[in-house]
Amino acid sequence: MDYFRAVYVARELSPRALRLTTEALLRNPGNYTIWHFRRLVIDALDSDLVEETLFVDNLAEANSKNYQIWHHKRWLAEKLGPEAANDDHDFTRFILCHDAKNYHAWSHRQWVLQKLGGWDKELDFCHQLLEEDIFNNSAWNQRFFVITRSPLLGGLSAMWDSEVDYTIKAILQNPSNESPWRYLQGLYKGNPDSLITDERIPQLLLNILKENSYCVFAWNFLLDVLCKGLRPNKEIEEAVKGFTELDDAGSSDQDLPTRICSALERMDPIRVNYWAWRKSNLTL
Amino acid sequence: MDRHSILHCSCPHLSVCFSRLVSQSEGSTLHSEPSELPSAKILLPLRLFPFSLFPVSFRFLPRAQVSLHRVSFFTSEYEASPASPDRMGELAVEKHAQYILSVEKRKDDFESLVMEHLRLNGAYWGLTTLDIMHKLGSVNSDEVVTWILSCQDKESGGFGGNVGHDPHVLYTLSAVQVLALLDRLDAVDVDKVSDYVAGLQKEDGSFAGDIWGEIDTRFSYVAICCLSLLHRLNKINVEKAVDYIVSCKNLDGGFGSIPGGESHAGQIFCCVGALAITGSLHHVDRDLLGWWLCERQCKDGGLNGRPEKLTDVCYSWWVLSSLIMIDRVHWIDKNKLSKFILNCQDIEKGGISDRPDNAVDVFHTYFGVAGLSLMEYPGLKPIDPAYALPADVVNRIFFQK
Repeated sequence: MDYFRAVYVARELSPRALRLTTEALLRNPGNYTIWHFRRLVIDALDSDLVEETLFVDNLAEANSKNYQIWHHKRWLAEKLGPEAANDDHDFTRFILCHDAKNYHAWSHRQWVLQKLGGWDKELDFCHQLLEEDIFNNSAWNQRFFVITRSPLLGGLSAMWDSEVDYTIKAILQNPSNESPWRYLQGLYKGNPDSLITDERIPQLLLNILKENSYCVFAWNFLLDVLCKGLRPNKEIEEAVKGFTELDDAGSSDQDLPTRICSALERMDPIRVNYWAWRKSNLTL
Repeated sequence: MDRHSILHCSCPHLSVCFSRLVSQSEGSTLHSEPSELPSAKILLPLRLFPFSLFPVSFRFLPRAQVSLHRVSFFTSEYEASPASPDRMGELAVEKHAQYILSVEKRKDDFESLVMEHLRLNGAYWGLTTLDIMHKLGSVNSDEVVTWILSCQDKESGGFGGNVGHDPHVLYTLSAVQVLALLDRLDAVDVDKVSDYVAGLQKEDGSFAGDIWGEIDTRFSYVAICCLSLLHRLNKINVEKAVDYIVSCKNLDGGFGSIPGGESHAGQIFCCVGALAITGSLHHVDRDLLGWWLCERQCKDGGLNGRPEKLTDVCYSWWVLSSLIMIDRVHWIDKNKLSKFILNCQDIEKGGISDRPDNAVDVFHTYFGVAGLSLMEYPGLKPIDPAYALPADVVNRIFFQK
């Protein structure tokens, strides 16, 4: 470090200085001042950026949650331009294969997609990750990112219907999975009327509640659609009444949303105040 | 503890650089207030809040606040009397204070050498924790101030993480916060520092961390918090800054680091904090975000940062302060969260870790204590959820001349 400090203070932008930063960074890749100086040296020497990418990728592999390394990768990618996009995506794919929720890798990947391109296989990549782990919230987020921003797809409106089907399938696979429920909620945000007219929704909820009567997310979603104006069919009424009649004798006079809120207060006691608030909000 | 266990930390925000680090350990659990209707009132300016905020540097490397530079923050006379009982019930205040002091004394071990570039962050975590626990009195303010000023880059006005390090907005905020804590903001040329920070704003309203241009909503928060503490928010385009933050809002009501970035509790804290300080909380869907945030509470009582991730003490701050700022903190079970934090203490050696039975560090010690303060744990000073400084410090800045 003393040697590094010497060249740093002298502002020596030489091959020797580059080697010193290499040594220093191998010992301490978190030291942002060394990274700064290394960039000055690289620019001054007009160093081989492909070689530099190999160096930083090796460090990134061992330190995949280090902000400085990812920023240096971004700096390099910007210099290398669109031709480097695919190699860069290969690298983040490699990192994500080992740590599929790495926030830095996802952030970097999104930046490269938007700046340098490489969208063509991205939706497939999201699908692959979700096949491996349907609970991967980062992959769900990326899916929405691709659907809404890829220049190769038609945008959300073009893909909306198939996305609803995709999400419903994921929910049925594992109803206790928070991410697809939020994704579904998000899909209908731009389409609130269809939330109460789309037959797939009550069908989904009934399918789940028959097999998983304690699924908090399903009850919550049903509560939401009822509050937004869904007219419950007989099956839904029976499902709610059948489940909620078990405990509270007084509940038979209450409307469906109130009964659901009471049930949620009992099913999800750690959030009892939230469900109590939902109940009090029903009268507004 | 051997070196490897000391270095082990599974908290993802501690980007430790040792390749031989052990992989993640497995995560291993206030009395609820009566529910209230969502507030229809306009959010009061933050300085009227009894709670506090906390700006977070995400480049934390928790254990190493010590550095090669032999500056002692604390007088050598400070020693907690071994005979004095810990009066704060289950929170081992004396032990934690001793732990923070002992970390400062360790200067030459491997950890310390590796963490020396963010000593200013460490100073903020350690000193703020001491202040919340009413233990700041033993600090030698003059020495601290002298050292902080030596971290300033005279040309740009920004502060580096330690002496000789390049300026960055993260350390500039920590410097300002520590000076605020010690009531020594008079020690800096306020305009020079704020010009440095304001100069990092981009055309689209976002903020870079330094001259190298990394953009992240963390830096939006850090810049806004810093300028607000210096009474210089007028130096930036606040409207554009807000617009950029709002562009990072997601369908789930949360916020990411860049537009389209996944919602994450840490980024949410930064965005909500920045919106709070600039009086722009009307952009937040409080009910939707409040629900997302309260869903972070897991069966062990702790909080995670995103769906299906492990609980971690640091989220006791980020999730909790965000909930307070949007007036929804009663949606989590404070009792269970308090128990989780207290279970993460090392009551023999002091300090708090990311989850029970892991190695402690100052970063998590700060977050644990700050989280307990937010939940009004007895004996702790209230902390402002937006500025992440004790409330009396914030009041002094905004209410006294």
